[in-house]
Amino acid sequence: MKRFIGAFRLKKLGLLGMNCRNIDFIGRYNQRSLYPLVDDKLKTKRLARRHGIPVPRLRFVVREQHQIRDIERRLSAAGGFAVKPAKGSGGRGILVIVERSGEHFVKASGARLTLGDLKRHMSNILAGLYSLAGTPDVAIVEELIQFDARFQGFSHEGVPDIRIIVFQGYPVMAMLRLATHASDGKANLHQGAVGVGLDISTGRCLNAVQFSRTLSIHPDTGQAFDQIRLPDWPGILHLASRCYEMTGLGYLGTDIVLDREQGPLLLELNARPGLSIQIANDQGLLPRLRHIEKVAKAKRHASPEDRVRYAMETFGEPGSIDTRPELPFRTAEVRG
Amino acid sequence: MTSRIFFYAIVCTLIVTGISIAWLRHTHAHIPFLPGLQSQVWLVEARIDFTALGAPVTVSLDIPDDPPGFQIFAEQTASPGYGFSILDANDNRRGEWSIRSASGPQTLYYKAQIVPQRTPLTAPGDAARPGAAVVHWDASEALAARQILAAARATSSNHASMTREVIKLVATPAPGQNAALLLTETPLVPLLEKLLNYAGIPTRIVLGLHLEDGRRNQQLVPLLEVFAGDRWVHFDPRTGRQGIPDDFLLWNQDGRSLLDVSGGRNSQVRFAMMNQSIPAVQLAKTTMEESSFAFFGVHRLPVEEQNMLRMVLLLPLGALVVVFMRIMIGVQTSGTFMPILIALSFLQTALFPGLVSFISIVAFGLLLRGYLSRLNLLLVARIATIVIIVISVILFSSLLGYQLGFNTGMTVTFFPIIIIAWTIERMSILWEDEGPREVLVQGGGSLLVAVMAYLLMAWPVTAHLSFHFPETNLIILALILIMGNYTGYKLSELRRFRAMRLKWLP
Repeated sequence: MKRFIGAFRLKKLGLLGMNCRNIDFIGRYNQRSLYPLVDDKLKTKRLARRHGIPVPRLRFVVREQHQIRDIERRLSAAGGFAVKPAKGSGGRGILVIVERSGEHFVKASGARLTLGDLKRHMSNILAGLYSLAGTPDVAIVEELIQFDARFQGFSHEGVPDIRIIVFQGYPVMAMLRLATHASDGKANLHQGAVGVGLDISTGRCLNAVQFSRTLSIHPDTGQAFDQIRLPDWPGILHLASRCYEMTGLGYLGTDIVLDREQGPLLLELNARPGLSIQIANDQGLLPRLRHIEKVAKAKRHASPEDRVRYAMETFGEPGSIDTRPELPFRTAEVRG
Repeated sequence: MTSRIFFYAIVCTLIVTGISIAWLRHTHAHIPFLPGLQSQVWLVEARIDFTALGAPVTVSLDIPDDPPGFQIFAEQTASPGYGFSILDANDNRRGEWSIRSASGPQTLYYKAQIVPQRTPLTAPGDAARPGAAVVHWDASEALAARQILAAARATSSNHASMTREVIKLVATPAPGQNAALLLTETPLVPLLEKLLNYAGIPTRIVLGLHLEDGRRNQQLVPLLEVFAGDRWVHFDPRTGRQGIPDDFLLWNQDGRSLLDVSGGRNSQVRFAMMNQSIPAVQLAKTTMEESSFAFFGVHRLPVEEQNMLRMVLLLPLGALVVVFMRIMIGVQTSGTFMPILIALSFLQTALFPGLVSFISIVAFGLLLRGYLSRLNLLLVARIATIVIIVISVILFSSLLGYQLGFNTGMTVTFFPIIIIAWTIERMSILWEDEGPREVLVQGGGSLLVAVMAYLLMAWPVTAHLSFHFPETNLIILALILIMGNYTGYKLSELRRFRAMRLKWLP
């Protein structure tokens, strides 16, 4: 592999760079006053519920240091849960407990934590260690996602989530993020998760990368990525597209998980979505964004349904159009 | 689109303003653009000797007013027991010493530091055309004078050439009959003055000094000043050479008496001179007082505040480096502007000892922080604990350094302690969350940016420019504005996206 790629080549390929993203898209389409809606997971959750967008169920919120003392009682209901800092970013500070084993809490990786570890983690969250500006924060405790059985074998020790970039309400690019052993159950690409680029028109795997390298099978389970085809793909895109109306943010990263019973749930929103989605898709975002900029001016697609349909027709991969599944539903075949 | 034009207009205005103010400051206040430049200064000393008669004494010495080609940079007197003041009347400055009673030999000194002017000045032109002085001769002298002037007039065309011809006829080793006759009555220079005035050319005698390094006991040398055309032109009365010679300081310009002593006798004035070098900046500081730029110059402030400003004015340079490294290169740093603060402390400690002590303090702090995490403290208390640990480490290394005879131990106190404590805390969390590799990447990035900022800030040229030309910050601001609009790729992105094969190329 070459050590560097030429800037002109990147430009020709329409790759979106950090500076361009910040100035031309985030700066232009995301109003600063709307940021708190997505920077605070608690606010996002409330907003989503008001708009009828399904989200993982909230168990309770820890707001004050003294509430940590009787945390054990509140967690007494057996089973898994996730502790998150409301204002965390980049997956930092998220602790996923899958089950309890006697005195211990078991993480997705199998590591065991004591109650004391859990309390310290929560008190760190409250003190603002993981929050964006180091400001005091609250810890939210959510019910664990029971992820779709069809993902069995594709995600190691963690919930796979779907990142969709929504630009002015149009879903423009999508990827599936799969936790690996290297990422410690986390779904962030820079931590070692696998990014699987998804065809916007079909929800099929286009390409998969880990640490910027292309893969064809999951490093932990050996599953072949080209088997992946997401179920209820238009429904997922539709959910993502509605977040535009919900927040008013023009350039938005939506994180969606598939729950076994509840279907697609909105996990969180991001007003500064990362650029690795381009590596996972092996394509640049810029041509699609510029295209939507033109289309959005004409205001032809008022409803999320119209926008999703337009995006599926426009951004499908050449050659994938023919194999497009019939709308609206088709379940993926997954080797078990 | 209009906002773009507006933006570039602002950037251009900033750059043009910065450069032109700097240029004006350079030309008006004579602050050099480069540090370490030396200026030549003449130290001229006038020594007045006389014998006092035991009565009130007043000594009045004509001192240079505005000598062409020179500027007076500083002047002082040494005269024990005398009161001294400079009288300024009719554009003529005189130094006046006075004492109620003195007797016996007296010595007074007047010293002036004189700077050669960069721009060559023409002789001062009097606005009003002066008339020639009225001259009286004996009958025989008048005849001789007329014959000399007639001969000179015949071979000349204007006042200047006429003057040269007269000098040629009179100031020769073997003067003609007429000239010899006149010279028996009047010395050469007054004779020339008399002759030229007689010819209707306004003429006067001025006195000046040939400046030569290390000369003592010099006398003032006369020059003829002739009003030719519309301004005064100088002639050497012996050679007829026109113009003020090089390194010639006009001391007594308008024919007034050089030295008046009342209450004393046997007075004489002698001159000594020597060439000195002083830093150009120091010279500029002193001469700037009368310049309109002095108001905006940092040199007006008390020295203590100047030293603080010296540091503060370096900050924009550090900010420029951080902006460049983060936007164009894409280096990750822990804390946006933390590297500038580290670079500032490197300025105090010098680079290598600073690096060693910084890395060892952070490493030691990380070690102790590992233990702290087991105590299960609240975040604020933990940071406060780390602050105290950092202070203890610094104290210990200072003591140790002092005992071992190193000086660096003492200077590590310049490190921003709170910042270091936060750095340790963040690094420690980073280590737990993302592993040691990320710690090395961010820590190394911060140090790299800090070292680059240090190198730029410690460079004498930039330090000099930022302090003496604060307007260069406008240029830095413009550069930062331009970089803030850069939408191209970062260098790090060329590496990050290197795996893109882009088989789906349209």
